[in-house]
Amino acid sequence: MLELKNISYHVDDENGKDILNHIDLKIEDRFTAITGPNGGGKSTLAKMIAGIIQPTEGRIFFEGQDITKLSITERANLGISFAFQQPVRFKGITVLDLIRLAAGDKLSVEGACKYLSEVGLCARDYINREVNGSLSGGELKRIEIATVIARGMKLSVFDEPEAGIDLWSFQNLIKVFEKMHDKTQGNIVIISHQERILDIADKIVVIANGEIQDIGAKDEILPGLLSGNLECKHNAGGCIHG
Amino acid sequence: MDEIQKTLLMQVADLHEVPAGAYNIRSNGESAGRHSTEHIEIVPKEDKPGIDIYIKSGTQRESVHIPVLMTQTGLKELVYNDFHIGENCDITIIAGCGIHNSGSQASEHSGIHSFFVGKNSRVKYVEKHYGSGEGTGERVMNPETIVNLDENSYMEMDTVQIRGVDSTDRVTRAKLAKNAQLIIKEKLMTHGKQKATTHFYVDLDGEDSSTNVISRSVAKEHSEQTFYSHINGNNKCAGHSECDAIIMDNAVVRAIPEITANSIDASLIHEAAIGKIAGEQLIKLMTLGLTEAQAEEQIVNGFLK
Repeated sequence: MLELKNISYHVDDENGKDILNHIDLKIEDRFTAITGPNGGGKSTLAKMIAGIIQPTEGRIFFEGQDITKLSITERANLGISFAFQQPVRFKGITVLDLIRLAAGDKLSVEGACKYLSEVGLCARDYINREVNGSLSGGELKRIEIATVIARGMKLSVFDEPEAGIDLWSFQNLIKVFEKMHDKTQGNIVIISHQERILDIADKIVVIANGEIQDIGAKDEILPGLLSGNLECKHNAGGCIHG
Repeated sequence: MDEIQKTLLMQVADLHEVPAGAYNIRSNGESAGRHSTEHIEIVPKEDKPGIDIYIKSGTQRESVHIPVLMTQTGLKELVYNDFHIGENCDITIIAGCGIHNSGSQASEHSGIHSFFVGKNSRVKYVEKHYGSGEGTGERVMNPETIVNLDENSYMEMDTVQIRGVDSTDRVTRAKLAKNAQLIIKEKLMTHGKQKATTHFYVDLDGEDSSTNVISRSVAKEHSEQTFYSHINGNNKCAGHSECDAIIMDNAVVRAIPEITANSIDASLIHEAAIGKIAGEQLIKLMTLGLTEAQAEEQIVNGFLK
């Protein structure tokens, strides 16, 4: 279980912007979806959980332990995984290398292929490819998700996993999350704008202007989002807050 | 052969034992073993140090190993090795130099390798450089490679220098006839106060000749690297060179490309990129549980793989 207590993030530039403002949040459900308008602070919050960004105020607890001062590596080793919104590219590191690093053991080629198959990639075609610009955005995104599956941790945070998976179905992505939960029995946090992803959440958190605007069970929150309580500029294709 | 020499042999030629096929092992300036085969004849030169390697036309899927080992401090040598490769051959040549210097004087090996590749032949040339030893004496290697590719021939040259060479100045000159192709892959890592300079000169003389010169390097600590590539397109031809370097610590990397089209049908491209390891690459690997140092190592190893 993850708990954020009074988390703030203030940027000290000339405009002096508050990205996050006194956030209190407990993550204890199977699936927690975080949604809200772009620029509202969702990704900052996700990066803060992984340790990529340090809060300017507040504390973070993971399974009762204060992890506020812990590094990215220490948090990863405690059981936190993070899937990047924009997957990182590497020259020379292959898909197999990356999945092996994620799995943290001497994973067989067959084992790595299994993870790739789970995200809908024909493993044989990808296993020896470099994780570089020769792969499409959608392929990189799925490999990114595969690295998080391979880790199988207690807490997995996905930053907009749906972006670029248009050739693959949402249904499959949702199956990935469900299967992952069955295996790890951990908590999954998904930052998303997609109605179909929000629909599987147990809890939905709406973040706007650096604050929690709404929080509650899916059945309480989703109808309000769909009826347009929050302004949506591009609501075609199931996008709730574009 | 002692343990140090065996280790060097493994580093530069991946050999644990005396190799199968033709070989010539040079150790501390002298021959430590030589073997010719039915198709490959190795003859010592009479007028200067070095060997002539004659590969008969039609020799298929055979290999030649010519490692050089130096364990004696202060030794300096200049060696000429000439490869006369007939027509319609398909062969692999594994050269390499390992210097173990535990003394205070510089050890220096300069090898001039000339390749005369006959029509329709394919050659894979692998060259590894490695240095070890606790001594303060420098380990210096200055290889020169001269390549003459006849019609329809193909050569791939893989050069690797990953550890322990204090100073290196590599020169590669190639001339390509009609339809010939040359692929050069250089992998280089320098550390400490090492200096490495590479010059590639490729003349695309024949119609439809082509080359691809690819250099990947990592410069650490206070080391310095300079990459020069000169491709001359003298006919209808295609040339591409690419220098991609990771710079770390206080290192210096220079890339100086020169592409010259002397024919309206020459198509030449150069790409060069120098930069530090991207922060997001480190972060991604750290989210997988690696420390920053481990992440850096993985990125460098992958880059030079």
